[in-house]
Amino acid sequence: MAELSYLEAIREGLRQEMERDSRIILYGEDVGVRGGVFRVTEGLQKQFGEDRVIDSPLAEAAIVGTAIGAAVNGLRPIPEIQFADFIFPAINQIVQEAARIRYRSNGAFHVPLVIRAPFGGGVHGALYHSQSVEAFFAHVPGLKVVVPGTPYDAKGLLAAAVQDEDPVLYFEHKAAYRSLKGEVPEERYVIPIGKADLKREGKHVSIITYGLMVSFALKAAEELEKEGVSVEVLDLRTVRPLDVEAILETSKKTGKVLIVHEDNLTGGIGGEVSALISEHALFYLDAPIVRLAGPEVPAMPYSAPLEHAFMVTPEKIRDKARELAKF
Amino acid sequence: MSDNGLTPELMLDMYYHMALARAVDDRMWILNRQGRAPVVYTSNGHEAAQVGSAFALNRGEDWIVPYYRDLALVLAWGMTPREIMLHLLGRADDPNSGGRQMPAHWGHAKLNILTTGSVVATQDIHAAGLALASKVLKDGRVSVAYFGEGSTSQGEFHEALNFAAVHKLPVIFFNENNGYAISVPSRKQMAVQDVAARASGYGMPGVIVDGNDPVKVYEVVKEAADRARRGEGPTLVEAKTYRFVPHSSDDDDRAYRSREEVAEAKKRDPIMMFEARLKEAGILTDEKLAEMQKKIKDAVNDATDYAEKAPLPDPATLGDHVYGTL
Repeated sequence: MAELSYLEAIREGLRQEMERDSRIILYGEDVGVRGGVFRVTEGLQKQFGEDRVIDSPLAEAAIVGTAIGAAVNGLRPIPEIQFADFIFPAINQIVQEAARIRYRSNGAFHVPLVIRAPFGGGVHGALYHSQSVEAFFAHVPGLKVVVPGTPYDAKGLLAAAVQDEDPVLYFEHKAAYRSLKGEVPEERYVIPIGKADLKREGKHVSIITYGLMVSFALKAAEELEKEGVSVEVLDLRTVRPLDVEAILETSKKTGKVLIVHEDNLTGGIGGEVSALISEHALFYLDAPIVRLAGPEVPAMPYSAPLEHAFMVTPEKIRDKARELAKF
Repeated sequence: MSDNGLTPELMLDMYYHMALARAVDDRMWILNRQGRAPVVYTSNGHEAAQVGSAFALNRGEDWIVPYYRDLALVLAWGMTPREIMLHLLGRADDPNSGGRQMPAHWGHAKLNILTTGSVVATQDIHAAGLALASKVLKDGRVSVAYFGEGSTSQGEFHEALNFAAVHKLPVIFFNENNGYAISVPSRKQMAVQDVAARASGYGMPGVIVDGNDPVKVYEVVKEAADRARRGEGPTLVEAKTYRFVPHSSDDDDRAYRSREEVAEAKKRDPIMMFEARLKEAGILTDEKLAEMQKKIKDAVNDATDYAEKAPLPDPATLGDHVYGTL
């Protein structure tokens, strides 16, 4: 089994899906000749031609909107939004069009499309190249939202997203692109959308998280292990639909839950996860549910000390988990 | 009449669909005023533009992406008066949406009419996307987006035309310019006289046509479709027309335009003019007209009765079709 970076796993996934299904087209800003600003699509235009890997005009609503039309008319488009921060000009096309076409046509039409977008901070991307936007879309019935946290999950979730008959938002963490590496099988495999993954078993505290924070939580768990605190890490992998069963299972097991995300606290995924636990597992808890999230500022600043202060780090996770373990 | 492929039979059929649309439209307003239909959007005045364009395309095979004004278009495209009334009355068997969407939010998978939302100009981009797939799959289809002139102020109008022109997509952007976006006149919508003038900014032809003349519209759209099928890219067509009644059953157009203006416009009623022309050419006789009028009346009555008796959606289906699989 080859060791691939998170980015390479996505690229290999895209390549494999395109080899398998000639209806798949990729497009977006700079995805063709340049191979994307992060090189995720490098080499794909050379392999599949300009008809299937398309440099589109710089217009996000058109990128998503044309993907909707193309999907209805027989293709399986995978449009890329260059940065998740740039997705907002397309939000009407995603929320009011793609998400609703099946519903509003009473099942007569549907839109199989995967919108890929790099998200997240920690790379000096500042306010408009760092955001976590998943909560906006997780609110919307009709959409599915996946956020892989490892190279293995990135490839398997991509396969699931591509074969799904509904619109899927696929958020990839840009700080994970080259920092995360892991074993990735060469053959195609599918990780079902909506299934969380227990990344580490523990006894005292459950950390429920997703995205880059999975690797941070695992680091925190390793450190706490040395202090005698046993931490379980549940990777949601999909934030819509949530894996309610897995969330309740880990909550009931340890009785202490720390929910972590990079996105800011209010209206974030953590609120929904917390509500589910309160509704269905309250009497299994030994401590109040704790959320660790980005601060209530509009977006991530540029300068290093400010950015660092914004980011959730392995140290912050460790400290919160330790505190919770002592409760 | 010029050598454009329009046989007398086709022209009679065009006339039939224009007159049918007007009759269905009139009936819908009556149902609304009687409290039997919550809201109505009209195509009254636009029939020539819509029917003329439909006849220039492969109806049911090419794609159309209409807007709420396009009753005559969807009738000419193959939607039946029964289906229209099922949609108006929110019945379970409404093929557009099963009673989920407001009236005039067309969509019919079997006829290649793409479902549409309410935010204007979003459909322009979908038409470009349909055409993108046609280009990649080489399926020979043309896609047509229909929209009012008010919606050309939207950014997505611009994005759609630009995208389509850059990629030489087989798509037609068909503007029905009736001079008003509800109450706002086109001079407050744009600083140019003609929507078609915008085409040059995208590197595509922009054609102005008399939207009250179905034959002229037919010819222009046919040429645009031929151009699209030859791989030469999109065309922006601007059909100049007029809406004879308020925007919707909740609008009162006396607030923003004079009765004199409307009366003047009605002198160029597309149905009246086409009828006179067909009679003059000996294509439409009084006998044929009477026969047609009876057929239309029967169709409208049948559709109304059928839809009023049709079942409403079961509330238990509220949660259906959110996802294909979950």
